Amino acid sequence: MNFSRLLKTIFLVEFIAGLYMAIKELFRKSKTINYPFEKGPISPRMRGEHALRRYPNGEERCIACKLCEAVCPAQAITIESSERSDGSRKTTRYDIDMLKCIYCGLCQESCPVDAIVQGPNFEFATETREELYYNKEKLLQNGDRWESVLAKNIKMDKPYR
Amino acid sequence: MIEYLQILGQEIYKIIFLLVPILVSVAMIVWLDRRVWGLVQKRRGPNVVGPFGLFQTLADALKYIFKEIIIPASANKVVFILAPIVTMTLALVAWAVIPMSENLVLADINVGILYLFAVSSLGVYGIIMGGWASNSKYPFLGAIRSAAQMVSYEVSIGIIIINVLLCVGSLNLNEIVIAQKELWYVIPLFPMFVIFFISALAETNRPPFDLPEAEAELVAGYQTEYSGMMYAMFWLGEYANILLMCAMGSILFLGGWLPIMDVYPLNVIPAPLWMILKILFLFLLFALIKAIVPRYRYDQLMRLGWKIFLPFSLIYLVLTASFLFYFDKLPKVSI
Repeated sequence: MNFSRLLKTIFLVEFIAGLYMAIKELFRKSKTINYPFEKGPISPRMRGEHALRRYPNGEERCIACKLCEAVCPAQAITIESSERSDGSRKTTRYDIDMLKCIYCGLCQESCPVDAIVQGPNFEFATETREELYYNKEKLLQNGDRWESVLAKNIKMDKPYR
Repeated sequence: MIEYLQILGQEIYKIIFLLVPILVSVAMIVWLDRRVWGLVQKRRGPNVVGPFGLFQTLADALKYIFKEIIIPASANKVVFILAPIVTMTLALVAWAVIPMSENLVLADINVGILYLFAVSSLGVYGIIMGGWASNSKYPFLGAIRSAAQMVSYEVSIGIIIINVLLCVGSLNLNEIVIAQKELWYVIPLFPMFVIFFISALAETNRPPFDLPEAEAELVAGYQTEYSGMMYAMFWLGEYANILLMCAMGSILFLGGWLPIMDVYPLNVIPAPLWMILKILFLFLLFALIKAIVPRYRYDQLMRLGWKIFLPFSLIYLVLTASFLFYFDKLPKVSI
């Protein structure tokens, strides 16, 4: 061990430098945000909670093509369909098991009519498992709730798709 | 009989008057520790419960109280339950002799520093008992580490205390404080203060010497099998011990409840407040050090204790003694 290093060790030079650094950092602004009260920015491509969208006239977008069901790698989506009285094909059942879902976004990519989308909401934790088995009603509700944001996000992301 | 009950009542009143502030300050100090740690790492630390998150520890305590206490099937039940009780009791019992001012002390006994030293050494029993009684690998390893570590640092702390006692000539804590009226011992015995501080870190299992609970290797060391209130009691004991070590450091080296200088604006501040300020200062150092240092390896820890601190404090002891003898400054002790 050379002499200067020995002196450094004995007089705790590095240690005091570290202490000085710590005290300096103590008075600086912290880098984290105060999460539940303030939130960070979210990308328009955010793959959060799912939603089923409607057309502006209130008609469901989904045409029950079942592409999302086929593409889903986790097989979280279950769709049943039938013909409606006006001759169009609509879903009678559209379930997503949010516990199986891996949030890959393939359902949104496969959808030809932009019906199933993943919105910016990531705060949908529940107290029971059952609440996370989403059905058609819940998904449409989500769509109505987030429509303005969803439409904006899809529009912003359109040039890159 | 009535008289006896009266005395008993007075004593209990005094004890409650001592214990409640300690428990409250332990709660505050846990908050301070976490907060400082967070701020140094550019986080926010607990800041939701109460003003500045001050009541975070109380909320945590409430949570611990309502949690289930799980006792492992293969554990030695009596010792397992006894361990946290021993840890907490010993940490609190030691506070009886700490003088907050000349008169504000529960037991002004003649061998105060010996008592303090003895009780703080006993603290290791709680940890060993907890580690052994859990009958599990990690707690056992943690307990062994903790025992070896505490024993080796106890020795150098003992010699450091002798250094101070040589200058004072009394084992009474109040007299140790009063002897520092002219000059705090932190100035002539500065190297000893540094070693005392580092040994105190090791003694209370704080980083960089937190090997007994090294979470990377030993999960949580001797606390692994504990849950609920028993876990909380271990923590309480640990933080009470840290506070105790800070109090001991301020009494031995920083002039206890004495003001910095005996001049007008400073000596109006009441003595207990000075003591609290000094304890707080030392604790802030504890908290800052937790944020900046990596953990020691076990052999390094042992080497530091036995091969560096022990010889160095012994040499300094000889130096102090010769200095005092040569300049005829040895304290006059009436036998």
